[in-house]
Amino acid sequence: MFMQHFINALGLGSLYGLIAIGYTMVYGILRLINFAHGDIFMLGAYFVFFATIQYKLPWALGVFIAVMGAILSGLLVDLIAYKPLRDAPRISALISAIGVSFFIENASMVAFTARPQAVIQPKQLVEAFSVGDIRLVPLNIIVPAISFVLVGMLLWMIYRTKRGLAMRSISHDIETTRLMGVSVNRIIALTFAIGSGLAAVAGIMWALRYPKVEPLMGFTPGFKAFIAAVFGGVGSVPGAMLGGLALGFIEIMSVAFFPTLSGYKDAFAFVLLVIILLVKPTGLMGEKSEDKI
Amino acid sequence: MLEIKNLDVWYGGIHAVKNLSMSIGKGEIVTLIGANGAGKSSAIRAVAGLVKEASGSVTYIARDGGAVSILGKPPEYMVKMGISLSPEGRRILPHLTVEENLTLGAYSRRDKAGIARDMETGYSLFPKLKQRRKQKGGTLSGGEQQMLAVARALMSHPDLLMLDEPSLGLAPILVDEVFGTIEKINEEGRTILLVEQNAFAALKIAHKAYVLETGSITLSGTGAELLQDPKVQAAYLGG
Ligand SMILES: Nc1ncnc2c1ncn2[C@@H]1O[C@H](COP(=O)(O)OP(=O)(O)O)[C@@H](O)[C@H]1O
Ligand SMILES: [Mg+2]
Repeated sequence: MFMQHFINALGLGSLYGLIAIGYTMVYGILRLINFAHGDIFMLGAYFVFFATIQYKLPWALGVFIAVMGAILSGLLVDLIAYKPLRDAPRISALISAIGVSFFIENASMVAFTARPQAVIQPKQLVEAFSVGDIRLVPLNIIVPAISFVLVGMLLWMIYRTKRGLAMRSISHDIETTRLMGVSVNRIIALTFAIGSGLAAVAGIMWALRYPKVEPLMGFTPGFKAFIAAVFGGVGSVPGAMLGGLALGFIEIMSVAFFPTLSGYKDAFAFVLLVIILLVKPTGLMGEKSEDKI
Repeated sequence: MLEIKNLDVWYGGIHAVKNLSMSIGKGEIVTLIGANGAGKSSAIRAVAGLVKEASGSVTYIARDGGAVSILGKPPEYMVKMGISLSPEGRRILPHLTVEENLTLGAYSRRDKAGIARDMETGYSLFPKLKQRRKQKGGTLSGGEQQMLAVARALMSHPDLLMLDEPSLGLAPILVDEVFGTIEKINEEGRTILLVEQNAFAALKIAHKAYVLETGSITLSGTGAELLQDPKVQAAYLGG
């Protein structure tokens, strides 16, 4: 039984982690909480729903379209809502972020209707098999596996490539990074693209797991992922993943061992947020200095 | 190689640089000296593309010999054109290693072999950096950080190297060391625009010099002339 819960928590936690990475990377560079990030996650899920269920495209193609669509949406959000405000006071960009999030959510309710729609899971993903006395569902293994591979690739990119070096540099000193010949807007766009792509992958896997899509599906996971990012230390990619996993484990295990608390499961994340902010506002792996919003 | 004509720089209502004209010939060391707040950094930062409100003209003779107007272009364009600035206060990235700081300096380039060669050249100019190449920039001493800032600015393989107060906060012996290296870099064919408060050190190595006071050029001449100038001596050389 514990193994089931463990795998469940790993799956949920890695999804939170994937979303949290987008928050943390954008915050690290722009000191901006991208409130629209949870909505990009939702769009990713809808894109794959339309591509595969509505238009009956093969899943691989559907996933590709969804990820590309989400990346494009993320880039558009930056271009329209944040880029014009780069030199404005930070609070302006924050308000713009809240506004764009409301816009996407409401536009989605009009375009997709507010009604949840069922996602038909491909059989191969949900047909359980047994290993010893543990029953495993392929989807529950694929979700954390894909997440970890993607995070591994991202870390390689950040610590081993030129663009990654520029990202690490911008988050400390934009002006000096520009003097080194780095086109900062391009690196910012790359950051939004990566964050949105990962959010889309998370959204797709989320839609397969629960199996449905709805316009506000990004809100709660988005908020929890944000807490995971704070917990892990805002600005740190490994921290975001760790924070996501921690949150996944807290949520699944508390409900598993104290079933009477299951009604409060969404509250655990918020309790955690309050505790972190009180005890260690820089998070597990956060930088020491710097003002945060 | 660089012709600045009637440059004005504003910060909102503050008129930081007023009608500044300067000319920097190929292969020269030209210095712009002046007291704190005179507008030296504003002028050099305008050339580097970091200042938003600037007017006038800055003409640069590029590698291919063509004259281009560069004022208002972004810093990454300047770097591509062969202009590099080592900013005031060194601005080393403290969480990156010495080697990563240097690699970042070569961001605009693709020629791996050339980058590796220039990194070795940097290390031979500043051997201390080589010993510390895996160390974080933030752990270096002030002098080492200044050396790293100069070496990093050279990594884009610039034709025009601009230095904003490389002597800032350095002990006199280190100032001599850094300025000696600046001369060496110049002898290897690079043009240098040196902004300094330390007039004595700068005038000693400069072919040509300009004095900036509250945003305006008040005096110019060869380095040797200005070293002998009574006004300069009274105002900047403590004599
Ligand atoms: N970012 C800025 N915003 C407003 N005023 C500035 C800014 N940078 C410099 N100044 C002002 O412009 C003038 C020239 O400054 P600066 O170019 O830094 O001089 P220097 O480098 O010669 O010490 C000073 O009065 C300074 O206060
Ligand atoms: Mg200055």
